[in-house]
Amino acid sequence: MKLNVNGVERSVESLALTSLLVVLREELGITSPKAGCQQGGCGACTVLVDGEARRSCLVPLAAIDGAAVTTVEGLGDPESLSAVQAAFHEGYAAQCGFCTPGFLLATHALLAHTASPTRAEIERALGGHMCRCTGYVKIVEAVEAASGGVR
Amino acid sequence: MASEVLLPTSPAEAVAAFGDGAGVTVLGGGTIVMPEIAYGRAALGRVLLLARSGLDQVTRSDGAVTIGAAVPVAALEGGDEPLASAAAHVGDPEIRAQATVGGNLCAGPGGEAPRGDLQAPLIALGARVRSTGAGGERVEPVEDFLAAGGGRLVLDVSYDAPDAAGYAAAWRPHAHHATILAAACARSGGQTRVAVTGAGPHGLRCPSVEQALAAGADAATAAAKVLDDVDPPDDALASAWYRKRILPTLVQRAIEEAR
Repeated sequence: MKLNVNGVERSVESLALTSLLVVLREELGITSPKAGCQQGGCGACTVLVDGEARRSCLVPLAAIDGAAVTTVEGLGDPESLSAVQAAFHEGYAAQCGFCTPGFLLATHALLAHTASPTRAEIERALGGHMCRCTGYVKIVEAVEAASGGVR
Repeated sequence: MASEVLLPTSPAEAVAAFGDGAGVTVLGGGTIVMPEIAYGRAALGRVLLLARSGLDQVTRSDGAVTIGAAVPVAALEGGDEPLASAAAHVGDPEIRAQATVGGNLCAGPGGEAPRGDLQAPLIALGARVRSTGAGGERVEPVEDFLAAGGGRLVLDVSYDAPDAAGYAAAWRPHAHHATILAAACARSGGQTRVAVTGAGPHGLRCPSVEQALAAGADAATAAAKVLDDVDPPDDALASAWYRKRILPTLVQRAIEEAR
């Protein structure tokens, strides 16, 4: 099977029902998606599949053969962060960092659909993402900053 | 891991691949089956993936709506009530985009909490399930499909849009994916149908409430009859006592919204 991961065509050998999370982390060595609960409840594994936010732990490889996958590694690099990454960095929106990749990708998907979301829309879109440091206020503020809202 | 993975690319191929269903696990969106695999709890034989089955179509004609089994729950948000409100109450946007209508219809109790939030709204709408399996294709009311206990492949569900509808659910914090208790109500041609989620092994119709309404009872009096229809369970999220306390209130709110 094939995946386009962060713009690079990759052939993958994992079994058909292997989760995208395991394919990314264990076969392709892409470790930004985190194995949190592995039952769809925490959002730490969220990546973009064909531009949409998806829990990679719930996606079997065979269901997305040929899809385009974006992880944090495809958003930016330390010299040129994406606007969302920069807003999280400047706004102290990461503490331990375990949930951050999921929040970043979910925020990218949100802003792709809704350029200037209200606070309620942000909370709705990110409501399935758990931050074990409970740093939600800074995260929501960073999303607002990234969308051109209040800094 | 599975002994065989089937990936049909049309509804006809899905029907053929499912056969009589013996030894087949159906994987719609993956929100139920994938955690079972991740935690090594699933002993899988053949696994049938619906991702490319073409069972993801929604069709409408003259108020009649047909929803394919692989339609994501998110596609129901903003559509007909009480289905739309129940859909918006499931999980979070990413889960709703992935979870399917067919999977929700087939979801048994999850052990720690109820599942299958769309079952009560579909019962209230008088929806019919088209399924395949042993004995071939079958169309039956949702409540009959649920009572039969599964083992079949859902192809689609269909209903006629109601004149009015109501939905009321117990409030839940964002971090909870499960709806502990909800009531759904739909009125068509002067008849009102009522069903509840979270008060039994699957969504349940409430004939005593419906009969009271048909006899002219007010919403509160009719809603109190719900305790004649269901025997709610204890689970990790709520006790049976609590469910019995708040269920009549939710049923009353759903009825009043559908007036």
